[in-house]
Amino acid sequence: MPLSALDFAAIRLTLELASLTTLLLLIIGTPIAWWLARTRSRLKGAIGAVVALPLVLPPTVLGFYLLVTMGPYGPVGQLTQSLGLGTLPFTFAGLVVASVFYSLPFVVQPLQNAFEAIGERPLEVAATLRAGPWDTFFTVVLPLARPGFVTAAILGFAHTVGEFGVVLMIGGNIPEKTRTVAVQIFDHVEAMEYAQAHWLSGGMVLFSFLVLLALYSSRRFKPGLS
Amino acid sequence: MSTILELAAAKADAARSASVPADGIRARFRVNYAGFALDVDLKLPGHGVTALFGHSGSGKTTVLRCVAGLERAAEAYLEINGEVWQDSAAGVFLPTHRRALGYVFQESSLFPHLTVRRNLEYGLKRVDAASRRVSWDRVLELLGIGHLLDRLPGRLSGGERQRVGIARALLTSPRLLLLDEPLAALDLKRKNEILPYLERLHDELDIPVLLVSHSPDEVARLADHVVLLDQGRVVAQGALQETLARLDLPTAFSEDAGVVIESVVAEHDDHYHLTRLEFPGGAVLVARRPEALGQRLRLRVHARDVSLALSQIEDTSITNVLPAMVREVVEADTPAHVLVRLDAEGTPLIARITRRSCDQLEILPGKRMWAQIKAVALLG
Repeated sequence: MPLSALDFAAIRLTLELASLTTLLLLIIGTPIAWWLARTRSRLKGAIGAVVALPLVLPPTVLGFYLLVTMGPYGPVGQLTQSLGLGTLPFTFAGLVVASVFYSLPFVVQPLQNAFEAIGERPLEVAATLRAGPWDTFFTVVLPLARPGFVTAAILGFAHTVGEFGVVLMIGGNIPEKTRTVAVQIFDHVEAMEYAQAHWLSGGMVLFSFLVLLALYSSRRFKPGLS
Repeated sequence: MSTILELAAAKADAARSASVPADGIRARFRVNYAGFALDVDLKLPGHGVTALFGHSGSGKTTVLRCVAGLERAAEAYLEINGEVWQDSAAGVFLPTHRRALGYVFQESSLFPHLTVRRNLEYGLKRVDAASRRVSWDRVLELLGIGHLLDRLPGRLSGGERQRVGIARALLTSPRLLLLDEPLAALDLKRKNEILPYLERLHDELDIPVLLVSHSPDEVARLADHVVLLDQGRVVAQGALQETLARLDLPTAFSEDAGVVIESVVAEHDDHYHLTRLEFPGGAVLVARRPEALGQRLRLRVHARDVSLALSQIEDTSITNVLPAMVREVVEADTPAHVLVRLDAEGTPLIARITRRSCDQLEILPGKRMWAQIKAVALLG
């Protein structure tokens, strides 16, 4: 196999980045999606639009603002420096933060749809059976929304694997620290190493296809009560 | 001197406790949504089945949801057998999951990801062992669902699901059971499958029930007490027999006017295949019933099935004739008819007769007559 140690490092880094990002997104995305699904606040539209922004913005725009905010003179940069953490850009941590923003809608939207599909009734039923709100969330909402969580995790993971622009702007291109597969392919092409570019690209195509195949052929679970 | 004071104090205490009976349901709700206002003040007995009866949009379900705390009325007072669950004036609002109630929704509401057993355990597990008063075996037996325990709700029929839903609510040992048209989503066959279970509930468990219904038959069959609602207001409330026999109530009952009589199986006549049902003030003969002697049966006598005579006619095919005194004559739903309310020595009856007959027979309050009953509907 013509893949180098650097290629494998890039693959490992990409998987680490995508796993950690997905985990964080499920933790952060669940309350956001729950709020969006249940609120009657007038802010719903605005928050929903902000969450969806990465869907339409060029990654460079997102990367640019994150770079400025997290850089030495940005508010987040000032904060991380005063905490003795240095600055986030061009680190793995910075890449994770950027990926969380970039993939947010891919996790929040399936969760929000799943929560909305459950509707009010199961929550009312649980309340009449003496379950408090947290109890209801863990024993009724989570199990009923499970297909939504699976979809959200798959999409969040796959989308993070596939990001390029944001990674390049926030991560730079540091081997074994911020160089993901997508960037590695770019490097191979620049260096005219087409064989290695083929191996990695082909791998990405296969991976993406399998993910989407799993997603589209999974049993469509009907939420709600029976 | 002191004895007189003590006596007065004791009297005052007695008066206070009489005005707020510990046994009973007091529910006052005022709700104002766009296009819908509800303003009810209910005093209900703390036992038996109370039916909230009315057309759709009359606010029956909203009352039930307010009682459950699923809807938060702006102005509310709710007391269940001495326990205050809600008092907007004092800022008391017990959230639904802290109210000891059982709720059966109109459509089936089982959790699809749990088996019947785990659905039943869901509420049971959340009640302290010390306050469990309804036994698992008893509920399974009462609702006939013992054989369904390991199934998922998706594999049950509509009637079975509703029975599991009722059992699940009962297993939380509620101090009040709320039934929101539990039969509405079922076809006639399934309805008839569940009704007997509801009746057994009524007869065997001492849990007060609030039943929402728009079906007069269901109400007549199951309820002891009726609250008649119209456009968010209480039109009438009272014991079933008296309320059904009232003639001043609007159309809700008038097309279907009639009374309900509680009877006891007194005698079986195997030669003619008849059964004699006794009640205060008389008895009727009906086609042979399977029930044992002494068992209670509810009858419904429609006003259109009662005709009146001045004397006891012997040469008639009508078997059931009762002496009764005229109490009241009022307009019926058509100008050709009147409704006559009668008292058959304690049992109320209503007759729907033509205005012409009424004039010819000179029917007036106080007159003694014979009520001929052409048909009797047995409800139990």
